[in-house]
Amino acid sequence: MAVFFSYLALIAYYVASGLFVAFFLAQREGLCRGGAWVMTLGLGFHTLALLAVIWPLGLLAIATFAGALSASAWALVAAFLLLYWRHPIKVLGALAAPLAALILSGSLILPGGPPAVSPALRSFWVYLHVALALLGNASLTLAGLGGIIYLVQERQLKAKKFGFLYRRLPSLEQLDALNYWCLTIGFPLLTGAIVTGSLYAQWTMGRFWNWDPKEIFTLIAWLIYAVLLHERLAAGWRGRRAALLAIYGFVVLIIAFVGANVWLSSYHSFAAFTRQP
Amino acid sequence: MNLLLVGVNHKTAPVEMREKLCSLMPEAGEAYRRLQALPGVQEVLCYRTCNRVEVVCVTEDADTAAREIKSFFAEAPELPAHILDNALYFYRDADAVQHLFRVAASLDALVVGEPQILGQVKEAYRQATQNRATGAVLNRLLHKTFSVAKRVRTETGIGDHAVSVSYSAVNLGKKIFGDLAGKTALLVGAGEMAELALEHLKRQGVARFIIANRTLERAVRLARRFQGVPVALEELEEQLAAADILISSTGSDSYLLTAGQVKAAMKRRKQRPLFLIDIAVPRDLDPAINELDNVYLYNIDDLKEVVEHNVERRKEEAVKAERLVAEETLKFMDWLATLAVFPTIISLREKAAGIVQAELKKSLGHLGPLSPEQQQALDLLTQSIANKLLHDPIMYLKNNHHRKRSRQELDLIRRIFNLDPDRVETS
Repeated sequence: MAVFFSYLALIAYYVASGLFVAFFLAQREGLCRGGAWVMTLGLGFHTLALLAVIWPLGLLAIATFAGALSASAWALVAAFLLLYWRHPIKVLGALAAPLAALILSGSLILPGGPPAVSPALRSFWVYLHVALALLGNASLTLAGLGGIIYLVQERQLKAKKFGFLYRRLPSLEQLDALNYWCLTIGFPLLTGAIVTGSLYAQWTMGRFWNWDPKEIFTLIAWLIYAVLLHERLAAGWRGRRAALLAIYGFVVLIIAFVGANVWLSSYHSFAAFTRQP
Repeated sequence: MNLLLVGVNHKTAPVEMREKLCSLMPEAGEAYRRLQALPGVQEVLCYRTCNRVEVVCVTEDADTAAREIKSFFAEAPELPAHILDNALYFYRDADAVQHLFRVAASLDALVVGEPQILGQVKEAYRQATQNRATGAVLNRLLHKTFSVAKRVRTETGIGDHAVSVSYSAVNLGKKIFGDLAGKTALLVGAGEMAELALEHLKRQGVARFIIANRTLERAVRLARRFQGVPVALEELEEQLAAADILISSTGSDSYLLTAGQVKAAMKRRKQRPLFLIDIAVPRDLDPAINELDNVYLYNIDDLKEVVEHNVERRKEEAVKAERLVAEETLKFMDWLATLAVFPTIISLREKAAGIVQAELKKSLGHLGPLSPEQQQALDLLTQSIANKLLHDPIMYLKNNHHRKRSRQELDLIRRIFNLDPDRVETS
């Protein structure tokens, strides 16, 4: 059942990707609106797919790498649609929709199945920690994607190339506003995730901070975003530098999310979740 | 029924002559009074823009109307007849329709795709209707013209690309700021270019204007017109902190602003983006300024490149537009052709009704007294025989089977039914 809904969601995301890319090329308003609707439909299916896993087995049923990818894709789509509804930066869809589709594809390729989760993780604080981290990541991902678009458009303006990309990409001001908006939402969420995580670690393991690879990389990303936010507010940093920092932060977050699970030994890795104490 | 279009435009007449024609043409009311009085003119519309003066009319006798309208143009004594002869063009029927469509869709304009022309034609049409100068044909033609112009605008990219310098500056500004409303513009130099740019920016909603000039007096004058703030050129660096858009067009020999000065200003501006346009030759602003973050500098050549590039693109789009115009012209001519058959249909019906009446009158004498019911039945009988006989020829006419030969067919039908008994047969 869950797999069936996941595939429906996947199809919807790919169709939405096609529509957004077509909008980018042809600049027809209808394509973009269609993309947003199909994406909303996909989110509906995706929600059903996640519920179908969680309902019988509890929230930690998604504590595999495949499950986490699926949940990340869900959060990304939800964040994108929320943003799209408030600040319609239409070309962002041509990046966000394919990314969500790819993440969900990855989730469906990887072996899934309900894990036997260590009982130490069965706690409200863990659920909150995970939810905050996922939503924070999604929001900061959008900031990173917006940063990429910003750099491209800035390049066109500086090099005085008024061609294909120049005409299709939105104004720098809009992209900079996107950066700020996503940052002011994503940063508190990420902070919340770190705080809840370390409080729970203190409670269960007696230490706030364990120098776990995921913790280290997340801290680096958090510092990057903290610098960006501070400089934005204090020194009026914006534009190119803000876009670059958002992209750096995004890259570090990807390393923290994927790297810590796959290459590095970490108690945040999914293998560790199923380890019985 | 014929359509005739007579006029001069920027291709056939030099600007002095167009100016003269424009200024010598009487006010709309007077012009229409005179045009409507011309023999042979049934419906008429006259419009003028800075690049053309044209008269469109519906007439039964195109040759007479052409002569009369030419004399209308020649009324102004200052215009030498031989020059006018060379400048005037005459278009008939399909050519006239096509020309009007092309004018309204801005395909015949000096700058292809500029949108003002449609508004001018619309205004002229409004004046013509106020003067009751148009009728069924021109009303339909003009409504069609507006819809063609709209189709050209929406279905081709002819109006998409900015082609004037200040317009492309505004477009660039939109790519940087998203919206120019509420922004502050700083003009350095108070020349004609600055004035044009001011008008353009004001229309885009730019809220504040600061005008810096070497002679403060001129700055004050321009500032008064646009409710701006005049400042001296020495204050330029200071004013940079408040401005979002700077347009520079002074005759200075050296750079007015260096990269270092702008960099310092950016710090004071808290890095808010700054959009600089340097339309002066030689340049006023150090090109190195463009290297700074959040600062975008364009000189006159950068903008010209946009303009030229866009003129080329518009020409490509114009090909599509021409096809659309040709298509719509054909459609309109079809409609006009169906209009031409109506007098014949009416004559046919009248002739039949006349025969029925005459024959009835003859026969009633022989039939003796009839009851009203019988009388009525007899009327119905004769009328329906006539109607049924005429039904097929009328349908044939209405369906207009052979568009190209419709004139000959119409003529043939008129001869078969002898609808013009006075006409002298030549063959």
